[in-house]
Amino acid sequence: MSTTAIRTENLTRDFATVRALDGLSIDVPSGQIFGFLGPNGAGKTTTINLLLGLLEPSEGRAEVMGFDTRTEAHQVRERVGALLEHTGLYEQMSAEDNLEFYGRVWRMPSSERQARIRELLAHMGVWDRRKERVGKWSKGMKQKLALARALFHRPALVFLDEPTAGLDVMAASAVREDLEALAEREGMTVFLTTHNMAEAERLCSRVAVIRQGQLVALGRPDELRARTGGPRVEIVGRGFDEHALALLRARPEVAQVEAHNAHLTIDMRQEADTAPLIGLLVSAGVQVEEVRRGKASLEEVFVTLMEEER
Amino acid sequence: MTADLLTVLWKDSRGLFRVQGSRSRALLTILVPVIMIGIVLPLQMGEDWLTTAWPLMASIVIPLITVGTSIPEAFAGERERHTLPTLLASRLPDRAILFGKWALGVGYGWLMTLATLLVSAAVVNIVYWDGQIAFYRADMALAHVVISLLFAGFVASLGVLISLRASTAQGAQQALISALLIPLMVLQIGPMLLLSVIPNGRDILSQITSLNFTHVALITAGVLLLLNAGVLLAAMARFKRARLILS
Repeated sequence: MSTTAIRTENLTRDFATVRALDGLSIDVPSGQIFGFLGPNGAGKTTTINLLLGLLEPSEGRAEVMGFDTRTEAHQVRERVGALLEHTGLYEQMSAEDNLEFYGRVWRMPSSERQARIRELLAHMGVWDRRKERVGKWSKGMKQKLALARALFHRPALVFLDEPTAGLDVMAASAVREDLEALAEREGMTVFLTTHNMAEAERLCSRVAVIRQGQLVALGRPDELRARTGGPRVEIVGRGFDEHALALLRARPEVAQVEAHNAHLTIDMRQEADTAPLIGLLVSAGVQVEEVRRGKASLEEVFVTLMEEER
Repeated sequence: MTADLLTVLWKDSRGLFRVQGSRSRALLTILVPVIMIGIVLPLQMGEDWLTTAWPLMASIVIPLITVGTSIPEAFAGERERHTLPTLLASRLPDRAILFGKWALGVGYGWLMTLATLLVSAAVVNIVYWDGQIAFYRADMALAHVVISLLFAGFVASLGVLISLRASTAQGAQQALISALLIPLMVLQIGPMLLLSVIPNGRDILSQITSLNFTHVALITAGVLLLLNAGVLLAAMARFKRARLILS
């Protein structure tokens, strides 16, 4: 098996006069959860459709599992799983039949299908409800079932298009936990599109950020945080008045200061010793209870990248 | 290919007895013509039912209703319920998806027609029993089997072609009914046109009406076969994953 699960070179797709994807060149190594981030309409779904060979590129090319998506689309689809924008579940059918159908699609032997259905539904905690029509299930449960369906035949690569979009916090968390556990257990490559940065930060070993079809950043989440956002100091305490904040803003190593109730966030221009800053605050009458060092979150990096492009 | 086709058949058969999601509506839609043609007409006609061309009505009406109500779901229903992209993203080949859906429509319409014809024969035998089993003449029985199969195939092909383009199952159903009215209108208007436009139209018409049952059945089968092939080829040409994923 190729060690690169996905390779795109100048992958471009036009719809009439609109360029939905513009010269995307990325490599996705096997065995990783790769995050493909971007706002709505950035070209994430178009990219998945191109990689699945469902659309032909206007320019450039893509290889998935070593197969050209334009000329060997069938071989690509033979080897991958997909959870697209909608769950794609047959709501008049039971959960068991939905999985049974896709087990047959992937030509799994009957005994293996039955065992896999039991394994996945038991893992989701819905084995007892396997005969129920899926239409009666909650959105979160349907999404979990759709995830199970995408992973049912143990594909080497799975495409997940915003798997937690539209779910409440608890349901989204449950889907993420399932995804994390299943991906780790089955050792597959995951191409995950999302605009949920916390999700990407938690799950992905590498991320690409696109905006209006163009790649604007690529790397590990911590690399992006370091590249785009500088070091940060968070202080919990009392007495963050304008005088104290003005003292901080006057320091050359401080880029930005923001106070909110008992929390103070200081964005630094570069790595620097925090002791002089704490000393300054204490001398200005601030009572410091806790100091934490860190970096900007991926969400803040994402917002910065989107604003830079504007 | 056969295994994939059977997989599509298996899945679609699960939603077969539903018209726009309703089982009772589906049952009503199917039962009314089956009772009319399978029970009421044979009761009225007695043994004439088995010896005249009337049962051909079953070979047209039953596929029209059974296939006409189920086949629009093929692609338009999948599109409407957002299940089509996932199906297209699977490893199933184009032909297996297309012919799996088509074959289910044909099989359903054909078997329902044969069942109706058998029920009607049973009704005649039970009610008008004269000591020996009466059945359709061999040439007529063969014509019913072939024409009902070809007509079910034609309705299914046309339904699949329309369903590939329609955005909803209901829209596909309405378009299919409208399209099927065209040949009926041609049959209605054709003789009048023949008489008024063509100088020796009356002669041609009298030759047509003098044809015996076997000739009519053969011509009908030939026309249906050609229509089937043409529409099915058009559906195959229309089936493009890229087009369907964007529709």
